[in-house]
Amino acid sequence: MREIVIISGKGGTGKTSLTAAFAALAKNSVLCDADVDAADLHLLMQPDVRQRADFMGGCKAHINLDLCTSCSTCIDLCRFGAISEQFRVDAIRCEGCGVCVDFCPVAAIDFPVQRCGEWYISETRFGPMVHARLGIAEENSGKLVSLVRKEARQLAEKRGADLIITDGPPGIGCPVIASIGGATALVIVVEPTVSGIHDMERVVDLAAHFKVPGMVCVNKFDLNVEMTQAIEQLAIRRNVAVLGRVSFDPAFTRSMVEGKTLFEYGEPTATQQQVRDIWTQISNSPSMNTLGIVDLKSTIQ
Amino acid sequence: MIISVASGKGGTGKTTISVNMALALGSGVELLDCDVEEPNAHLFLKPVIERSEPVEVPVPLVDLQKCTFCRKCSDICRFNALAVVGKKVLVFQELCHSCGGCMAVCPEGAITETGRELGILNFGARDDIRFINGRLRVGEAMSPPLIKRVRAAADPQRITIIDAPPGTSCPVIAAMNGADFILMVTEPTPFGLHDLKLAVEAVRLLGIPCGLVVNRADIGDRKVFYYAISENLPVLMTLPFDRRIAEAYSQGKNIVEEFPEWRERFRELFDKIEAIIHDTDEAVSCAK
Repeated sequence: MREIVIISGKGGTGKTSLTAAFAALAKNSVLCDADVDAADLHLLMQPDVRQRADFMGGCKAHINLDLCTSCSTCIDLCRFGAISEQFRVDAIRCEGCGVCVDFCPVAAIDFPVQRCGEWYISETRFGPMVHARLGIAEENSGKLVSLVRKEARQLAEKRGADLIITDGPPGIGCPVIASIGGATALVIVVEPTVSGIHDMERVVDLAAHFKVPGMVCVNKFDLNVEMTQAIEQLAIRRNVAVLGRVSFDPAFTRSMVEGKTLFEYGEPTATQQQVRDIWTQISNSPSMNTLGIVDLKSTIQ
Repeated sequence: MIISVASGKGGTGKTTISVNMALALGSGVELLDCDVEEPNAHLFLKPVIERSEPVEVPVPLVDLQKCTFCRKCSDICRFNALAVVGKKVLVFQELCHSCGGCMAVCPEGAITETGRELGILNFGARDDIRFINGRLRVGEAMSPPLIKRVRAAADPQRITIIDAPPGTSCPVIAAMNGADFILMVTEPTPFGLHDLKLAVEAVRLLGIPCGLVVNRADIGDRKVFYYAISENLPVLMTLPFDRRIAEAYSQGKNIVEEFPEWRERFRELFDKIEAIIHDTDEAVSCAK
């Protein structure tokens, strides 16, 4: 089983648009949206949800005021400032550590498990898809990412698909760490800007830490060709394969408005050919060997 | 006065708006970059960094001389950060949420705390614009405690502009909670609108007044404007898609410096926000 994870460091570089375009080109694959915090892939895939399940995350404290003796033990122990003078728990500040629950001398604090989101198995015109929606202001996004990736893997095995295409989250924190561990290869989508290259460097550092092979493509490359070259040079220094360049093309936005991938919109264009060439490069990359064995020579340095 | 600049979707222009508003105000203002995973504001503001300090969170340190291996610490820990195995106590520092429960519950007083490095805080300035950012250590998963430390370093005498991370989960909440105003930066595309709706739900949960900046306002479709009307969200500013602005951005240049006619518009943006905060305060005090 092989899984490519599309990440970027910086948000808004075109991860989801390119993931959807790759999905249109791939054969026999399973799609996975691991950006559970602000999932967008479904807007292009229009998934037909076949199965849904609750995602249960951590617990949160709730003080039963009928039992509370106002001893303030909980307020003194809470390091997150989540309990008010009136012994009300601020659900947003509550970290779910349960220290107040265990130390309450009259057992007045309940600790119900929270429903933190939902996840789905769906059918799309490009094959099955696993996706999720994290509740607003919720924690545990890393856990939900691990869950959707595990479900995508099981689904791929069941369906005999040999490739998973995963749309990753921005950043380098908890959900990104959960997205890249155990991936066959990363595709890093970078925009040629000072922030794009800065954020790419941090995500490359993270990938090197986890010893994952990586490849890079520069999106909207013609906005700054010098910066594009700098990104490609950085990639080569860090043992990241350079896949190619994609032009700044309003067709990405136009196709998005219609809920389509780049390949389903309008007449064949040069941009489509660029993306097609990049997909060929990804498919033929040594790190994507059919055995799904991590290609140690191509891990990010 | 704290203004948090957020968006839901990444890459809509949070940093651009934060930095240009700070530059347009010029003095009595500070910019806090709370996107600690991928901090970018310094690339555009170009402050002189005066000092840096490491940020640590407390994690348990077990004195095995005193420990009786009673397992109370591993039982209370909801994050599985402690495990008692034979005559050993394993501490998984990266899972620890620093709640102090293990230390409080240990009957032998065998647990004290040591620090685990989350990242660093940088302090600097550009002329009279104070600047602080947090940089999460690569490999570290937990950003909210670092974001809270950036926030704690704010100067209440100044207008505080916060550049928030993308998304709608705990890091964004840490960057928005307690602000006087949330400025949402969006783009009029299906992705922009979808993520904006999620972010607005989060803002409503916090009960903070909110307004919109629509960036690249002439691409995509009109649905974000209809949404703004239906949700009673004021559109405080629109910026067109302009290839010159995009190219200037790619080189780390700022709109108000490259195109001076925008300076006044960013000042007006701030004035509108200030007026909304003022009206909200009045409404709140009347209600009381």
